[in-house]
Amino acid sequence: MNPDTVIDAVSGVFMVTGALMSLAAAIGLLRFPDLMSRMHAATKPQVLGLFLLLAALGLQMRTWSVWPVLLVAWLFQLLTVPVSAHMVGRAGYRTKHLHPELLSSDELEAIVQRAAQKAARQAATHGADDDEAGR
Amino acid sequence: MMQTVLTVTAVVLSLAAAGAIVRIARGPSLLDRVLAADVLLAIFGAALCIDMAANRHLNNLMLLVAISLIGFVGSVTVARFVADRREGVRES
Repeated sequence: MNPDTVIDAVSGVFMVTGALMSLAAAIGLLRFPDLMSRMHAATKPQVLGLFLLLAALGLQMRTWSVWPVLLVAWLFQLLTVPVSAHMVGRAGYRTKHLHPELLSSDELEAIVQRAAQKAARQAATHGADDDEAGR
Repeated sequence: MMQTVLTVTAVVLSLAAAGAIVRIARGPSLLDRVLAADVLLAIFGAALCIDMAANRHLNNLMLLVAISLIGFVGSVTVARFVADRREGVRES
């Protein structure tokens, strides 16, 4: 068993596993009930799947010089995916695209409530000022 | 062996792309569609990667980075758009 065959086998396993990550994301998209759980499924091909496929590519090229480029491509994905996931998740929370009964804990709830109370109090005091100015 | 791997990954990625497209078509809200489009883009990236690995070239690497950049900009823009519109509705 020469090393070439071993490297081929490892990269083949990586490729099939990386493709299965995409399939898992698609199944999760189809079966999960709300936006937050679908976001959980969608991350698999974006991070682990891409890592496995880039590793397979690096193994197939049989040279060390491509690894830094592949690492940069993966790190770039690793930097951008959390930002877009954060934006989508925040927009989803604000527009009520979630089933609150499915959440095990909702840390944002208390903060939103406090901000809403503060806004209501400010509106009440401003309203009183307006009344006095009217009289 | 590489032929077998290519066949298996082609079938798996086709199924995954079909699932993502079904979610884009059905998706109850705009954000679900954005998420599914992001996954579809990731599947395209995976297909590009597998093509490069199987044929041992690096021609698609810049395209891969460009695709992930487009997905990032697209989903952030749409998320901002959705949030702004809802805020405007609540304030008015």
